[in-house]
Amino acid sequence: MTSVMSYEPVIGLEVHLQLKTTTKLFCGCSTKFGAPPNGQTCPVCLGLPGVLPVLNARAFDWGIRVALAFNCQLASVMKFDRKQYFYPDLPKNYQISQYDQPLAQHGHLEVVVEGQTTRTRIRRIHLEEDAGKLLHDASQHESFVDFNRAGVPLLEIVTEPDLRSAETAYQYLIELKSIIEYLDVSTCNMEEGSLRCDTNISLRSQGTETLGVKVEVKNLNSFRAVKLALEHEQHRQATALARGERIAQETRLWDARALRTESMRSKEEAADYRYFPEPDLVPFMITPEQVEQVRGQLPELPAQRRARFQQQYQLCAYDANVLTQSRALAHLFEEAVRAGTPAKPVANWLMGEFLAYVKDKSLEPAAVKLDPVWLKDLVELVQRGRLSGPMAKTVFTQMLDRGVPPQQVVGERGLEQISDPAHLERLADEVLQANQKSIEDYRRGKTSALLHLMGQAMRLSKGTANPQQLSALLKRKLEQGQVNAPQ
Amino acid sequence: MTTISPDVVTQVARLARLRLDDHAAAHVTQQLNDILAYVRQLQAVPTDGVEPTSHVLPLSNVLRPDESKPSLPQTSVIALAPATHPPFLAVPKVLEAG
Repeated sequence: MTSVMSYEPVIGLEVHLQLKTTTKLFCGCSTKFGAPPNGQTCPVCLGLPGVLPVLNARAFDWGIRVALAFNCQLASVMKFDRKQYFYPDLPKNYQISQYDQPLAQHGHLEVVVEGQTTRTRIRRIHLEEDAGKLLHDASQHESFVDFNRAGVPLLEIVTEPDLRSAETAYQYLIELKSIIEYLDVSTCNMEEGSLRCDTNISLRSQGTETLGVKVEVKNLNSFRAVKLALEHEQHRQATALARGERIAQETRLWDARALRTESMRSKEEAADYRYFPEPDLVPFMITPEQVEQVRGQLPELPAQRRARFQQQYQLCAYDANVLTQSRALAHLFEEAVRAGTPAKPVANWLMGEFLAYVKDKSLEPAAVKLDPVWLKDLVELVQRGRLSGPMAKTVFTQMLDRGVPPQQVVGERGLEQISDPAHLERLADEVLQANQKSIEDYRRGKTSALLHLMGQAMRLSKGTANPQQLSALLKRKLEQGQVNAPQ
Repeated sequence: MTTISPDVVTQVARLARLRLDDHAAAHVTQQLNDILAYVRQLQAVPTDGVEPTSHVLPLSNVLRPDESKPSLPQTSVIALAPATHPPFLAVPKVLEAG
């Protein structure tokens, strides 16, 4: 019997990305999310007889952009094919997709996992149209159909089975999303279905090259779900193999509540899509000039920006990685530094409080209203001793909640730190006057009495007193016996 | 010489959701084999030096700008379906996740 540990997972990922074009892939219907059901369809996307699909130039261009960012070779000629199957969400009974001449092939993407750079080859990237949406829960006997999504442009990005751990798959997805966000071609919103991921996994004995039986896992609605499902599936398959059982080639669905995969229990028959060239669409040439033109328009990508951040701002690899994951976050960082703030405090605010804030509110960094200048102002308020650390955090949260500059929060809430010596002196005197016992304790050598007095004074100032100054002042007064009556 | 067997016809008919009785299946099998025979005749034409293509039109890269056009009114779309539950179309319950 072989032990569970001696199996290596072989993982491939397939991502469907909805391009955020204004209109569908082959017709002028709007792609706007959340529109009234069946209000964004036309004879072309419904597949009524006699219509002619025409490719969306922007989707074509964006496809090339993504293919280049994933280091792919663009096809010199690409064409579309009909993939034929029957399902109620597919109005034409075929999907316009790409079969043997896809947009791009042979790419790769590098991700860093536990300090190790691993390269995942990209098998292909192709354009296709989305299907409509089915609603299963509204009625017991019927499923409802909304065709608004039918015909929306999708880009399918398929890896080779190169991923060797659930964590690598997770990091690959994070890097993919980051690149797409930089390219600004999709909202990557998994809840709205604009980024969907399927995965397949098989196990093989360590050190062998033969692939095991592949299991497809679907119904993954977050990157975390992908990671958990792969970990679960790896364990399930290894346990079965170690017992001498055979793995069935099948599709399994991830159950996010039970945290396990379950067989779809469908009549599995080899899919026969009878692809053939789409006669309504002519071929598309991609010239080297066009490729170079698009390449020239590519923005700085996450990997390049990471390297630059480390060099230009002397950030460590970890900080540079976190700050560049989101384009919006990287932009905030650079703008705040450009406004004249030292890099490290800005990085700390963004990586700490800012990311905690967006996580807590389930927001994307880009959705938060934060002027980079406010960050600079906040850092300065702290550096000049006008805000204590804890107060600055309160101001920061308020600043994001309300979308106003830190000075305004400080002014309105009276949060400014008291550093004025005369003010602190009055505060110290008042506290000492009211705590005669602590004074005696201190003079008898019980130094913890100072902490008690500090606590009282901070409470009295509602946390606004400068703690370093106040502590020094109290100590001086206790040791020199200068306790004045409060004025 | 490749021919289309009645089994292939039955299989393709099933994939295309076409109901064929034995008589119709035999008829269609004959017709498809006639078409194959015709294609075989075409194969006699010398095509050396002719670029393979998936399309007969001398056209490529036909594109349109990403500009929206009016869609059909919701009511007329729903009216096309045999069963509805406005604003949706209705189909017999689909049990399996896609």
